[in-house]
Amino acid sequence: MNLPEITATYYLILAAMLFTIGAVGLLLRRNTLVMFMCIELMLNAANLTFVTFAKELDDIGGQAIVFFTLVVAAAEVAVGLAIIVAIFRRRPDVTADDINLLKG
Amino acid sequence: MEAVIFFVGAAAALAGALGVIVARNPVHSALFLLMTLVSMSVFFLLLEADLVAIIQIVVYASAIVVLFIFVITLLGVDEKETRIEPLRFQRPLAIGFGALLFAQIVVIAGNDWATGQRSVVGPLDDDERSGNVRRVAETLFTEYIWAFEITAVLLVIAVVGGVILARRSGHRPSAEAGATS
Repeated sequence: MNLPEITATYYLILAAMLFTIGAVGLLLRRNTLVMFMCIELMLNAANLTFVTFAKELDDIGGQAIVFFTLVVAAAEVAVGLAIIVAIFRRRPDVTADDINLLKG
Repeated sequence: MEAVIFFVGAAAALAGALGVIVARNPVHSALFLLMTLVSMSVFFLLLEADLVAIIQIVVYASAIVVLFIFVITLLGVDEKETRIEPLRFQRPLAIGFGALLFAQIVVIAGNDWATGQRSVVGPLDDDERSGNVRRVAETLFTEYIWAFEITAVLLVIAVVGGVILARRSGHRPSAEAGATS
């Protein structure tokens, strides 16, 4: 059994698949927590692309950018989960259909 | 050998990603997400990004997933998410647009490179100052120093915003429901 050599294309297609799964999940699910996890998936797929191109183009900048993506993801999770907790105090569940009025 | 690791990791990552959107229980979704994130750090190791791989485990797989599970247990597991879609064409359209998005990414990214220039910021490894951690740190603290400082501002804003959101509006759901319904 001869295995193919893993080139950057494999990683990029994998990242595209993960990004797509995250986007579709964001559209399909109604639970706000799961929607947040889908956003994390998409951010991670972008990170994988950055690191792949860092290797492919021999550029350290691709790896440095990942840290900024990570910080944005962490800040987004902190604020987003605080919003979910604040909404939950007023309403008993966390589905996106119940918060369609843009008011408490 | 690299191919074996890649395909096993890719299978785990895709299975975890699909599990996130398929699992009914949010706790299971969080654990599937953990599986994807850990296999992602395997890819980072394969791509010789050692520091990124460790940070992935420490920050994503530990801190963020634990935060998710903490909030899920705080709010109670919500399994009664309806399977009946209120918008009529949401499901087929979502899957259709997902397929379209994937095709777009593959076609556009396959045909058009942004520049394709090599080593704009700096090479991955330097003969004099070698080591992945050292290279990343040098880049972060020279080339990207302003972005790094703004990152600190962003984190402070996020933490302050989180605290304010969590402190305000101390209504109890039971009292609210009794008053309005």
